[in-house]
Amino acid sequence: MATKVHMEALSPTMEEGRLVKWTKHEGDPVKSGDTLAEVETDKAVMELVARADGQLLKVMVPEGTTVPVGNVVAWIGKPGEKVDGDGAAAPAPKSAPAPEPQKRAPSAVRSAPETPPQPAPIAPTDATRVKASPLARRMAKEAGVDLKLVQGSGPGGRVVKRDVESAPATEVQRTAPGALRTPLEGAPRTPYEDVPLTQIRKTIAKRLAASIGPIPHFFLTTEIDMERAAEAREALNKQLGEEGGKISFNDIVIKAVALALVQHRACNAWFQEDHIRYWNEVHIGMAVAIEDGLITPVIRNADLKSLREIGAESRELAARARSRRLKPEEYTGATFSVSNLGMFDIDQFTAVINPPEAGIVAIGSIAAKAVPEGDRVVVRRRMRATMSCDHRVIDGATGAAYMKTLKQMLENPLAMVL
Amino acid sequence: MPTLTYRDALNQALREEMQRDPTVFLMGEEVGVYQGAYKVSRGLLEEFGPKRVVDTPIAELGFAGIGVGAAMGGLRPVIEFMTWNFALLALDQIVNSAAKMLYMSGGQIRMPIVFRGPSGAALQLASQHSQAWESWLAHIPGLKVVAPATPADAKGLLKSAIRDNNPVIVLEGEMLYNLKGDVPDGEHIVPIGQAEIKREGNDVTLVCHSKTLPVAQKAADQLAEQNVSAEVLDLRSLRPLDEAAILRSVRKTNRAVVVEEGWPHVGIGAQVVDLIQRDAFDDLDAPVQRVTEADVPMPYNKHLERAAKASPEKVVAAARKVLYLNGD
Repeated sequence: MATKVHMEALSPTMEEGRLVKWTKHEGDPVKSGDTLAEVETDKAVMELVARADGQLLKVMVPEGTTVPVGNVVAWIGKPGEKVDGDGAAAPAPKSAPAPEPQKRAPSAVRSAPETPPQPAPIAPTDATRVKASPLARRMAKEAGVDLKLVQGSGPGGRVVKRDVESAPATEVQRTAPGALRTPLEGAPRTPYEDVPLTQIRKTIAKRLAASIGPIPHFFLTTEIDMERAAEAREALNKQLGEEGGKISFNDIVIKAVALALVQHRACNAWFQEDHIRYWNEVHIGMAVAIEDGLITPVIRNADLKSLREIGAESRELAARARSRRLKPEEYTGATFSVSNLGMFDIDQFTAVINPPEAGIVAIGSIAAKAVPEGDRVVVRRRMRATMSCDHRVIDGATGAAYMKTLKQMLENPLAMVL
Repeated sequence: MPTLTYRDALNQALREEMQRDPTVFLMGEEVGVYQGAYKVSRGLLEEFGPKRVVDTPIAELGFAGIGVGAAMGGLRPVIEFMTWNFALLALDQIVNSAAKMLYMSGGQIRMPIVFRGPSGAALQLASQHSQAWESWLAHIPGLKVVAPATPADAKGLLKSAIRDNNPVIVLEGEMLYNLKGDVPDGEHIVPIGQAEIKREGNDVTLVCHSKTLPVAQKAADQLAEQNVSAEVLDLRSLRPLDEAAILRSVRKTNRAVVVEEGWPHVGIGAQVVDLIQRDAFDDLDAPVQRVTEADVPMPYNKHLERAAKASPEKVVAAARKVLYLNGD
């Protein structure tokens, strides 16, 4: 019997996909794993692959059609094999911008009897629920280990006996709010730490969100002297010479933002409804303008990477972002973001936070300015950086302390090698 | 301690109990002149005569009913079925008469009867002669069910069964009769309702009975080579079940695999899992796994039959799963 090819959920949030291009055509032999088509999801262009061997018997939707996840887009089978309900199996595909068919409610379209069952939806995992064996739960309770901090090695990340046995009991003490300023070097090796919301944080979150939208932003602007960063960049690029891979200001900014976060874990966090996830790893989202929008590829562990590595990675990610070839894991999971409009000659601006991150730094252009130095006026290259903070996570003083560190880093680039 | 086969251990138990108590008698097909289809009753006709070693026609319901009547009249019959597959014909007497007599007579009529014979698959006896009936029999209130796996347990449990004032089912096995082991001489009694740890271990409990004991023991050997210390718990009695022994072992190892001969659906293992999940929940590190016969009529084909049975390899795989060693 012929096998149906369904529109698959190629990203966690994908509900429908636009069939950009068939890379196999009716009559072509296909093997399981072969790319059948390119599909544009809500985020990127992804590959739809074959799940069966045989011949591509029939293509049900033309290129350019937008198809709900779960619908049949093609059939694979033996040459000459009859396709079940030839043609009738696919519900009327809708063309790209058209709304859902009017005859039925949108949900009815997907549950109509002739449509195949949808693949199990990829539910976003509930960050607050920890899967653990009953024994692991009991042991953790007795040993004072916070299960949320234990990396589970069982199926689906289930925390089992051996995981609790290898988890140090002292970790639970790190959840104390006073430890938030701990530099990452001394932090536990787990990728992050969940800290339940205190009552005051709950009240701050509720009241400020009621005042200014779901994420209560506030903004902190500082002007940074980039003279020494510029000198450092020129010297480094001169040394790199013909090797290529020049260092950009953006690379220096990303590195400084990441290193400053290492010292201010309170800003390297996600707001998660009933707790705050303080990350022990620094993943910097980098806003990239693309033809019809914006995407933030992620430079992982940016604090641990060299300027050259950051430069090479950001150029490569940006290029693929523009051609919409990023994989979902490459544009999700940032712990903090940077948006740079300096190249557009913007002096300063405020960037909108990309939830669940708690902060983003907006970088303006570097411009020569007259600044007082002692009792005289000198011309210096200056840059304005504005941090947007989620007030549910970051308070004014916390954000200001972070910006101070960032400013120091950039004004004295040697500090970055400390 | 003398080494005996399982069949001779049963023979010894029968002889000793018949010598000890003149009300004990053996009845079944070919038990007398032929000395038992599997030679369990060798020499008994000669020693005790045709009044106490009674050959019957091929009429399971009939001689089971005669046994029930004899027990009501004060004797202690031991009814041998050539196999438990044939005992299906006698289930009305076992379930409706033997199991209910004490209850329905308001405690006036005791039922000291033993029904015994081989159960489960042997080798290529095909679907109708390869069935393990323990979950059917252990389902019935009023019956006791034992399934000895070793010669010593066979002797000790049969003696307990004969002395018990309730109907006791003794499940033996064609593949067990030749098994040799040390058997204590004389008064060796294994109380009904006591499981036994046949091998101590710390990492996983392999719960088994009857013919799955050697399967579990081989699995434990293989696991030992992989640095896994498996505890082998032989249930011995299926009703009553030694719940305390099961829980004690699982609380030590935190993981369990139940190995049985019967089909998976509503099997003995399901009963054991029910106990563990309820009373050892907080001690469990993984869902309990079961290894059973395949859920099909037993195939006649040799290879298919082997594939359908519980095997050490299947037990090892299940043990690795509960230990999270399979990388999934």
